[in-house]
Amino acid sequence: MATTYTIPVGPVHVGLKEPVTAWLELDGERIVSARVRPGAIHRGIEFMARERNPIQVIYLSERICGICSFSHVLCFIRAIEDLASLSVPVRAQYIRTLVLELERIHSHLLWAGVACYTIGFDSAFHLGMQMRERVMDVLELLSGNRVNYGVATFGGVRWDVTPELAKAVRETIRYYRREFAPFREIVMEDPVAQARMRNVGVLTRDDAVRYSATGPTARASGLRVDIRQSSPYEAYADIPVEPIVPQDYFDTARGDVLDRFAVRVLEVYQALDIMEKVLDGLPEGPFLAEPNLNKVLASLKKAEGTGWGIIEAPRGDDTHIVRLKGGEDNVCWWKVRAPTYANAVSWPVMFQGNELADAPLIINSIDPCISCMERMMVTDGSNAGIVTKEDLLKRCRQKTFDLKAGKFPGGFNGFKGETKR
Amino acid sequence: MITRILPQLWRQFCSRVVTNIFPAAHMPPSLTEALSDPSSPPNPPVPVGGRFRGRLHYDRSKCIGCRLCVKVCPANATDYQAAEKKIVIHNDRCCFCAQCTEICPVKCLTMSETYMISSYARKETIVTDSGPLSAEPKA
Repeated sequence: MATTYTIPVGPVHVGLKEPVTAWLELDGERIVSARVRPGAIHRGIEFMARERNPIQVIYLSERICGICSFSHVLCFIRAIEDLASLSVPVRAQYIRTLVLELERIHSHLLWAGVACYTIGFDSAFHLGMQMRERVMDVLELLSGNRVNYGVATFGGVRWDVTPELAKAVRETIRYYRREFAPFREIVMEDPVAQARMRNVGVLTRDDAVRYSATGPTARASGLRVDIRQSSPYEAYADIPVEPIVPQDYFDTARGDVLDRFAVRVLEVYQALDIMEKVLDGLPEGPFLAEPNLNKVLASLKKAEGTGWGIIEAPRGDDTHIVRLKGGEDNVCWWKVRAPTYANAVSWPVMFQGNELADAPLIINSIDPCISCMERMMVTDGSNAGIVTKEDLLKRCRQKTFDLKAGKFPGGFNGFKGETKR
Repeated sequence: MITRILPQLWRQFCSRVVTNIFPAAHMPPSLTEALSDPSSPPNPPVPVGGRFRGRLHYDRSKCIGCRLCVKVCPANATDYQAAEKKIVIHNDRCCFCAQCTEICPVKCLTMSETYMISSYARKETIVTDSGPLSAEPKA
């Protein structure tokens, strides 16, 4: 009679970059079933937005994610522009597309490096990280920051692409065309790396549809889905984008980790092509519709309604929905649906039949961003109530006094339910 | 595979160090002692430039107390002092978005190139007045 036992991977685990718990039911080394429990890194960003005006929320949305920060910013800005019917100059749309593609290269290279690190291939990890520096340098030249660029604003972008910058981007494109092939070959043609990634964490085409996977995870399973093609935004209307699926490049789409690796690697090349087209077709003209921030704030104060922004972030579809009320400075409500939220649902399917040692690789294979994803927390509701900041401070001091007095209270009202899982 | 990775490894071996060696080129026995020793100045950091946004520079005499910077600051780093009709800037809260420098009608706020702003005391990170800007501000 086979007996199974349950072990957790996470929330703190050497193989994971962000806290998430996967409770794995094992039969020997083989994973029978899995249950994913997020909830360790909820930050309440949407609530913070309610006491800030839209201009402040731009920089708050930038901090949802450090890797795809521009995608979240642009998504939020597009939602506000949709709501307030703001127009964006064509040059600004092209610059936004350029930054989006630079960010895609940076995100995919980071992921490729980390995937190599997860399988223990450290030389390739360092190679990937070294190559990523180049795109970070270009982003720093463009925006002044390596992450959290602060490039976009309502009705355009804040900084123009100067001729020197365009030259630097073109040099970067040449650098990656020259230097990226060795990295790809080192990893994808390595028999050990193939053995670690081939047929691991398989998500079939049907399962990808059933669990609504998005982005590279869905494309690696053979689905031709890409918002840049199906509902073009910014400059993608002028620049055709074909979704990259493994069956076009290899014999078939297996939907395993190696396919996900291949899709991301090929998307880097695609991003290079798009960037070249953006620079070739960069139109002249203004890059900001309304430079006076006061006028922008005043028009947003009058605006009322709900706006949507949906874009293809490096990890998948990113959706922001914003509501503004007329006459109010602050955002009424704001909903973020990060790509990991859709992709994380397919984790249990990917785990089935794999070995325990592959669990961190499978978790990392969808490029998870747990802090992007965690927008809501559900408790058991047994101690429902609102704890104010002063109340919390009072309890904190009380606990310190109790500890100093030598008695351990064993739990406080309102926090008892958290410890039991 | 080994034929692919060997040229890469050889190149890494021959090329110069990519990482900037700051503040000391080699790890001294005691870093704090080496840094406080005036005879050996620290190895210089990478120069910044272009659109880099560092610690806020605040010209208090130019400030008219319009409170627009307080309105747009995402991190609530600017604090309005009603008695003097001026602001103070909490640099430890600043997220370096430069939004206040854009909205300021008299341009009394500019981003400097200082980035070594960490401190043991919170009060040292508060900017009350950095004086008039000597050079022309960056565009």
